[in-house]
Amino acid sequence: MNFAVPTEAFIMLSMVLFILGAMGVLLRRNAILIFMSVELMLNAANLALVAFARQWGQMNGQLFVFFVMTVAAAEVAVGLALIVAIFRNKRSINIDDLHQMEG
Amino acid sequence: MFEGLSLTTIVLFLPMVGLSILLFINPKQTENIKWTAFTTTIVTFLASLLMWVNFDPSNPALQMVHRFNWLNISVGGSVISSDYYVGVDGLSLLLVLLTTFIMPIAVLFSFGSDIFAERGREKLYYLFMLLLEWAMLGVFVVQDLIIFYIFWEVTLVPMYFLVGIWGGEQRIYAAVKFFLYTMAGSILMLIAILYVGNATGTFVLPDIITKVTAPDWTWQIEGVAASSDVTGSLLFLGFFLAFAIKVPIFPFHSWLPDAHVQAPTAGSVILAGVLLKLGTYGLVRFNLGIFPEESIAYAPIIGVLAVIGIIYGAWVSYAQTDVKKLVAYSSVSHLGFVVLGIFALNAQGIQGATLQMVNHGISTGGLFLLVGILYERYHTKDMAAYGGIWKVAPIFGGTALVISLSSMGLPGLNGFVGEFTILLGSLGSSVLGFFYTLFATLGVIMAAVYLLYMFQRVFMGEFKAPAHAHGHAHDAHGHSEEGFSLNLKWNEIAALVPIVIMVFWIGLQPAGFFNVMDKATNQLVQDIQTVQTRVEAERAETSAILTWESTVALVSTAQQGE
Amino acid sequence: MHNETYPQLVPLLIIIPAIGAFINMFWGAKLGERVSGYVGIAASLLSFIISVLIFSYLSAVHGAASVINAPLGLGSWIRMDSIGLNIPWQFRVDTITAVMLLVVTGVGSLIHIYARGYMHGDPKFGRFFAFLNLFLMFMLLLVTANNFLMMFVGWEGVGLCSYLLIGFWWDKRGATGWRNANAARKAVIVNRVGDFGLLLSMFLIFWTFGTFDYYKPGEVANVPYTLYTNGYITAEQAKKGDILAVNPAAESQAAETHGDAHGETHGAHSKPARETLDNSQFAPSRLGVFGQTEYLMSLPEGSPERVINVGGLELDFSVMLFLIVIFMLVGVTAKSAQIPLFVWLPDAMAGPTPVSALMHAATMVTAGVFLLIRANVFLDHAPEARAIIALVGALTALMGGYIGMGQWDVKRVLAYSTVSQLGFMVAAVGLGAYVAAMFHLVTHAIFKACLFLGSGSVIHGVEHGHHHVHAHAHGHGDDHHDAHDEEDSFDPQDMRNMGGLARRMPITYWTYIFATFALAGLFPFAGFWSKDEILADAWHLGFDKGNPIGYIVLGILLLAAAFTAFYMWRQVQMIFHGEPRSEAAANAPESTLWMTVPLMVLAFLSLVGGFINVPKGAPFHGMFKDYEFKHFLESAVPHVTVSPSLYFNWGLALGATFIAFAAIFFAHSIYAGNKAVRGTARRDPLEFVPSAKPIWLLANARMHWDNIYFAVIENPFNRIGKFLADVVDWRFLHDYFHDVVIKKGYDGVGTLLSKPFDKGIIDGAVNGVAWLFKQFSSSLRLVQTGYVRVYAVALLLGVVAVVVVMVLPLLQNG
Repeated sequence: MNFAVPTEAFIMLSMVLFILGAMGVLLRRNAILIFMSVELMLNAANLALVAFARQWGQMNGQLFVFFVMTVAAAEVAVGLALIVAIFRNKRSINIDDLHQMEG
Repeated sequence: MFEGLSLTTIVLFLPMVGLSILLFINPKQTENIKWTAFTTTIVTFLASLLMWVNFDPSNPALQMVHRFNWLNISVGGSVISSDYYVGVDGLSLLLVLLTTFIMPIAVLFSFGSDIFAERGREKLYYLFMLLLEWAMLGVFVVQDLIIFYIFWEVTLVPMYFLVGIWGGEQRIYAAVKFFLYTMAGSILMLIAILYVGNATGTFVLPDIITKVTAPDWTWQIEGVAASSDVTGSLLFLGFFLAFAIKVPIFPFHSWLPDAHVQAPTAGSVILAGVLLKLGTYGLVRFNLGIFPEESIAYAPIIGVLAVIGIIYGAWVSYAQTDVKKLVAYSSVSHLGFVVLGIFALNAQGIQGATLQMVNHGISTGGLFLLVGILYERYHTKDMAAYGGIWKVAPIFGGTALVISLSSMGLPGLNGFVGEFTILLGSLGSSVLGFFYTLFATLGVIMAAVYLLYMFQRVFMGEFKAPAHAHGHAHDAHGHSEEGFSLNLKWNEIAALVPIVIMVFWIGLQPAGFFNVMDKATNQLVQDIQTVQTRVEAERAETSAILTWESTVALVSTAQQGE
Repeated sequence: MHNETYPQLVPLLIIIPAIGAFINMFWGAKLGERVSGYVGIAASLLSFIISVLIFSYLSAVHGAASVINAPLGLGSWIRMDSIGLNIPWQFRVDTITAVMLLVVTGVGSLIHIYARGYMHGDPKFGRFFAFLNLFLMFMLLLVTANNFLMMFVGWEGVGLCSYLLIGFWWDKRGATGWRNANAARKAVIVNRVGDFGLLLSMFLIFWTFGTFDYYKPGEVANVPYTLYTNGYITAEQAKKGDILAVNPAAESQAAETHGDAHGETHGAHSKPARETLDNSQFAPSRLGVFGQTEYLMSLPEGSPERVINVGGLELDFSVMLFLIVIFMLVGVTAKSAQIPLFVWLPDAMAGPTPVSALMHAATMVTAGVFLLIRANVFLDHAPEARAIIALVGALTALMGGYIGMGQWDVKRVLAYSTVSQLGFMVAAVGLGAYVAAMFHLVTHAIFKACLFLGSGSVIHGVEHGHHHVHAHAHGHGDDHHDAHDEEDSFDPQDMRNMGGLARRMPITYWTYIFATFALAGLFPFAGFWSKDEILADAWHLGFDKGNPIGYIVLGILLLAAAFTAFYMWRQVQMIFHGEPRSEAAANAPESTLWMTVPLMVLAFLSLVGGFINVPKGAPFHGMFKDYEFKHFLESAVPHVTVSPSLYFNWGLALGATFIAFAAIFFAHSIYAGNKAVRGTARRDPLEFVPSAKPIWLLANARMHWDNIYFAVIENPFNRIGKFLADVVDWRFLHDYFHDVVIKKGYDGVGTLLSKPFDKGIIDGAVNGVAWLFKQFSSSLRLVQTGYVRVYAVALLLGVVAVVVVMVLPLLQNG
């Protein structure tokens, strides 16, 4: 039973996921949701990497995914902490309220 | 970098070692600070004595050399090299010894000086002293023009602060004047150095000398229109002006009285003892070494300036009422002798001049010490306030007499040996001659006039106590010789004793000192004479003497050639 | 100790007084008067003993000179090997030296002993002896040197001691102390003017000969004489200067024995080989200065060796020699107090009297004469210079005598007398009579020292008399040194305060008379012989050789001799005869034995000292060897021939004696008895003679020399000095030139650069760029909204743009 999902399928899924994530980052106002969208984009990329790794029969892709996951975990920890800190200050996590960097 | 490390480098950097140690001492621990500084200078002195022991007087070349490449500058395809290159020949060695001899005296004399009670900052003071010693030693041992220039300029900084922070009432004026005046001269020298480096392809002095004394040498370089003669003259003057201001030669002397009068005693001692010698050393080493032809051509003019300086300095000195100013102007006169000896361009003149540099350092340094001792008691430099000090302080008065006589050139003391050989050289010189000597010898008379007048006013006559004697009761007539004594401090005595010893030693047995520099000077004189013979032969051949018209013609042809 | 080792003792002559001086300098005050006096005297006497030993050695070997290097390896002084310049510490012992040694240490010792009494009670007693010893050291250095430069060390050293001792009482209260210090300073400065000449002379000597050595070691000064005394040639041959000749007697003797040709008793002396005596072992250019002079002068004029080319001058050797001698003369005029530089010597009398006797009469001032005698070879070959020297000396002799007759101060009279007598010596040298000059130097040292010490004794006595009176009048006998310091109108040196002292001080009186007769040149005192020899030489030069200088000098010197006798008798009258003219003089006591014994010794020597050089045919000449002194000196003075040239000149001797007697009688008629000082204004009898009054007043005013020097030299010097210092250097160069020209100029250029140039162009350019950036940035700033979303969109657009740029080419290719 030689059933193999073609690599193109994975790439297509990955693209969809990535676009969903990007749209979420651009359109949502809630910081936590933006955060989740970023995670989505990361995982889209992970999927593409694993797919290519399988395609070429090499471990590099898988290996890279582990790194990305580790970094993502760290990012989540720091990012959530930041969001909590911002919420304490501002009583809001709406990112439109955060525009002190305006030039 | 440490490969081939020599004694010269060690001596040069010993003050830096002391300075680094000093940096880590708490400014409040003044005892530790001053003893560290003093130990450093003494160790440096001992190390320099070791250099003297290791020195081979029969060898005219540089000895105890330490050399490595430091910097290569590429200019238009060619590479100009600059080396860390230190070493001593007889000429440098004597001046190194002078420096390391004067420094412990200056440091020792500063112990417990009034200036710290008024201005404080003892640590900074001794730091500057050591920095100054390092820079001065550097000037005397370095054989590379770029590094020489760096050391030359570094000497200005500590001196500037020594005068500016611990000086007299007009210290800022004097310090700024000193700094700007010397700086102005050295800028021209820097330009000349860069040109020389460019023209010869190296900044290393012995290499430069080898190149420029070659028969077919020309100063003309690509892209510069002026002829070799004109360029050579300009370069010569660039160096000369820097040194002339430092010496100082007659019309450039007016920074000297200000700096001397305002400087603290130890500063004056170093200024007169060593700093002025940087100028005369430069004249011998660079002007005579790199520009023998120009030296011959300009010697008569410089000789005239020197003779004017001798007479003028003595005359002006005589008319002073401020004792420190008197001594300061006497330097102008004495250094006139030195310059005269240098530009006699013969062995007697140059050896005499070099010895006289040492002598002047010792005797004028001694005179400044005496003035400093008196100033700490009397708080004035006006000679009218002094009188009859010989009566209350017989040994001190005797010492003062010996040092004055040494400065006056009494045979048997050091000043005479130098002055005599200089005048001997100037009379036999092919560029100066009889009339220069005739007028210069007048300086011998005038030295007696001003020094003995000074001695009489300060040490003879009726005793005058200081206006605010240290709490001693004395009657209304000021007859308090029983109640007042100079009470020399131990460090003042310790500073004067070596000076007196040297005064007699050089006066009675100078042969050893002449021996040290004999070969090196002879080499220099022979180089000059070779060039002179060649130039005379060329002159005789073409009989084209450089006139204003011919210069213009040369310049214009050179421009057309471009 | 063997004879031959005696000259090796010469360094001790320097070391012993130096040790004495050192001890007294540092511990004089602690040791106390007794010990410190003995130390000083011992040093002096030891030197004298060594001098006598050296003298005995030299008389035994016919004056064969020795050259001794300084011991302990200290022999080199100024030395430059690469050019062969070598000026060593090297002593020369020859007969000129020996005579000077005896004079200096002999008279010096007597004066040391005298000073022990004279300086009694002085608070600086120890220091005084230190200075005296120091002087002795330098003077001995001066006379024992073997080169000009070492001689110069002594020359300047004695000048230094002169400074220290003239100004010895600088600490006296009031104006006196200051005046003493001024006199000391004047002495040094005037002598420095002389040094100026001497230095130039030495420079010329060096560049002419390449050495400063008088004679090289082993070189013989007087070759014919030395060959003669060693028996290689006969006296006749030596007189002709024929050094190549052969003495047949010596040849035969030498063949038989190796004994001495003269049969001298010192058999231990083996005769030196002839080659070592005629200087043939030296190349001419390796000789000392005098040897070279002889050689060069023997060459014909115009030969290339004779052309001296130095310092831009190209001269024939004889001209160079003239210059050398003339510059040397400048030095001599200062040290030996000749016209025009004698002015310091009368002022030098401010020093204590023993100093005046030792330095300013007997020894130091004769250094100049010594130098000229030492340089007799130079002088002999420079007749033009010698003529000048003779005239300078003769005129000085006359002037000194003239001024001496118008002085009131007892020491000042003697000072001018010294000037005058030194003039005699210099004139003698100028005549070529070196031996006569040396002879007069010796006798003068004796009788002038006696006169000065006598005057010191008188002053001492009068001072004590004054204090005696003073103490009685005020009824308190405090120590007299307080009174010493006191500003007091009474002058113990003024002869007007004296008179009648012969009775109070008989020893002083008789010694003074002896010395006066010697100075006046009365037969048979020492001065008669020495002065007569100078006059005889002048006569010889004038009448026998027809040189006009001889006549002129003879005339002037005879006149000077008349003045000498006149002022001396005037002085004797004023001091010793008549009635006392002050209480002090009436109470003056005779001095102690410390002072009178040296006086008696010197007086005795003044009587007999002349017999060392009795001419042929003179009275007494049977008792003494004739011209013994001349023979003794001959080995060092080459141009004195072996056989005595002159017989005693009876006519001249009688004439000179007559002149001296006449002057004494003349003085006696004016000043005898109580006529010495006239009227309440206490004026000189000559002032009342209308024709003599202006002459006397001019002498009294010392011919205005000092005033002229003040107006012509000192005053302008001071004014120019002040002008240079205050106006030229300070106000112009220091203030105006710096603060106005340089600083204003700098400021002006600075302002010009800062306003139009710097502000306008440089600043404009910089500011313009800054403005542009500001505008640009303020518009760019608006992009920064602060909304993360906007940034994210920008990021996305950027990514898209990058992707498009990267992918498009692929699509095109693909």
